[in-house]
Amino acid sequence: MSSPPRRHGAWRRGLAPYLLSLPAGLWLALLFVVPLLIMLSITLKTCSPASGACVMTWQWGELPHVVNQYRGQFVTSLIFAFVATLLDLVISFPIAYWIAFYGGRRKNFFLIMLLVPFFVSFIIRTLVWEFILSNNGVVLTFLRGNHLVPSGFHVLGTGLAVVAGLAYNYLPFTALPLYVALERIDRRVLNAANDLYATRSVTFVRVILPLAIPGIFAAFLLTFIPAFGDYVNQEILGGTSNTMIGTVIQNLFLIDSDYAGGASLSAVLLVISLLGIWLYARLLGSRTIEDYL
Amino acid sequence: MSDQGTSAKLADAVNVSLTNVTKSFDGMVAVDELNLDINEGEFFSLLGPSGCGKTTTLRMIGGFEEPTSGSIVLGGRDVTYTAPYHRDVNTVFQSYALFPHLDVYENVAFGLRRKKVGKSEVRTKVGNILEIVDLPGYEKRKVNQLSGGQQQRIALARALVNEPALLLLDEPMSALDAKLRHQMQIELKSIQSRVGITFLYVTHDQEEAMTMSDRLVVMRQGRIEGIGSPQDVYDNPSTEFVATFLGASNLLAGKVAGQSAGVTTITLGVGSTLDVPTSRLPTSLSGPDVKVGVRPEKIRIHVYDENLATVGNTLRGRVRVSTFTGVGNQYLVETSSGDDITVYAQNIGEELAPRSGEEVVLSWPVEHTFAVRPAETSISNDELAS
Repeated sequence: MSSPPRRHGAWRRGLAPYLLSLPAGLWLALLFVVPLLIMLSITLKTCSPASGACVMTWQWGELPHVVNQYRGQFVTSLIFAFVATLLDLVISFPIAYWIAFYGGRRKNFFLIMLLVPFFVSFIIRTLVWEFILSNNGVVLTFLRGNHLVPSGFHVLGTGLAVVAGLAYNYLPFTALPLYVALERIDRRVLNAANDLYATRSVTFVRVILPLAIPGIFAAFLLTFIPAFGDYVNQEILGGTSNTMIGTVIQNLFLIDSDYAGGASLSAVLLVISLLGIWLYARLLGSRTIEDYL
Repeated sequence: MSDQGTSAKLADAVNVSLTNVTKSFDGMVAVDELNLDINEGEFFSLLGPSGCGKTTTLRMIGGFEEPTSGSIVLGGRDVTYTAPYHRDVNTVFQSYALFPHLDVYENVAFGLRRKKVGKSEVRTKVGNILEIVDLPGYEKRKVNQLSGGQQQRIALARALVNEPALLLLDEPMSALDAKLRHQMQIELKSIQSRVGITFLYVTHDQEEAMTMSDRLVVMRQGRIEGIGSPQDVYDNPSTEFVATFLGASNLLAGKVAGQSAGVTTITLGVGSTLDVPTSRLPTSLSGPDVKVGVRPEKIRIHVYDENLATVGNTLRGRVRVSTFTGVGNQYLVETSSGDDITVYAQNIGEELAPRSGEEVVLSWPVEHTFAVRPAETSISNDELAS
């Protein structure tokens, strides 16, 4: 028989986890869930381009319309983000591998060195890239001076510049999950592979790479999703051509006041991102997502 | 590689030979001028406290560490600097180190696949070895769904399936509970005699080493303190460390007093003397100082009686603590010279057990007495804890 005070105590203890998660829960609800729902509801509204006022009309016809209209920008975004993400994987895998396996006691130092450039604001970093890649900048002046590129060669305003900017700006999102995945591989398992006649290269292909797959996938998602919706790199480095879907959304919201159109495109972006995460969970299990995100 | 192995088998029975092997890490000597020969088909154990160099020795034989100096010859071939994947040696790791991304079948087949063994042969061999380790039908299981004992069997199967010239086992039982460990000891020994592969077993558990080994070495501070069959090393320990590490020992400080007819007399403090067979006296005594030892189970304990007739070594004392353990009685006796002696008496239901405080006489045959040189560096409790 439990006495009333003990019951009260037990009740309070049962409540403790909810009370503790209340601040975070409220934060998430007010600043994430509510705006998200508002944004999604706008896709069903009809807005006046002049005043920007929206009325709920339960019309979702805007969605296929804008998707169709901006299909080209969607494809450009997909290609740019995909190429930039691949580039990041190729560049950061050796770095992450080296830090994880040979970083020794200075692993944290090397990781911070990797992150230091990213203490500078996103916009400023991208503007500096504009400066570096400009026609009279260091790189092109040098290349032209040594006749390594034709005199009319330029980088700014091309897709190459956008991809380079994206790859540069999202590098840590690739490098860190890769590092975590490689760092956690049990070194004794690698000893076991060597013991079972696997040379270093066979060990890499048969053991290290398969064990790093969840990290590679996480790195891919964490880089691809923000790069896909990015508009800053395209606006600063890409000039007027090669418009990405992020720029379109920004323009619809801030210049054309076409809130329904912008919200619809955002919803499509969201669905594409969720599809990626769903695929990850299906293939590699939801437990491993928590490890990386 | 296998040709060399068989020709070496015919040439001589030594499978592994370590000559003056030394390993230091940043100036710290882990293994010190080690010389060791392990015979074909032997179950051999490296026994010692943590930090004694036994695992480093194993890792050098496996190819995971390179000796600072010295040479390792395996089946007639010098493998001192050979990469692990080019050695005819397989290892059962302490943590098992199974491949988490592969199922049981692929784990066991890993080595065979690297050796380019044909598909059907792989299937037969994996099937057979899973029978031997008593896990048939586990091929499609994921390794993280297995219990500790099962993982251990798979680790054993994964190594044995390659039929190496030598199997290294690095404390493979340390993660198992006592009951399972005991069962696995018996099973491991029977598997070893069935497959006939040389086993080199590393452990800090003296009982485990004694249960399974044909021969063993006791290591301390990177050196061999004693080598021989378990009974040899136990009954006739070569050093003070071996006497304390392997089982319980009563060690009494004394001085060599004289010799006659194959027996050496040693005086202990005030008046009492003990006899030791001269053959069991250490050869490298630097002075008269010596430690005399006797195992607790070798001693007979009698309640003091003037008319008592005893043979061999005799000491008088008083029971300080008497403990009933079921299978017997354990006594702590303080002798007249002030030493504490532990005695185990089996519960065979005959004698009247002496009680605490009672005057007793301890006696044991001279041939069960041994003498060792006092250890140069004191033996810490950490070294003895297992």
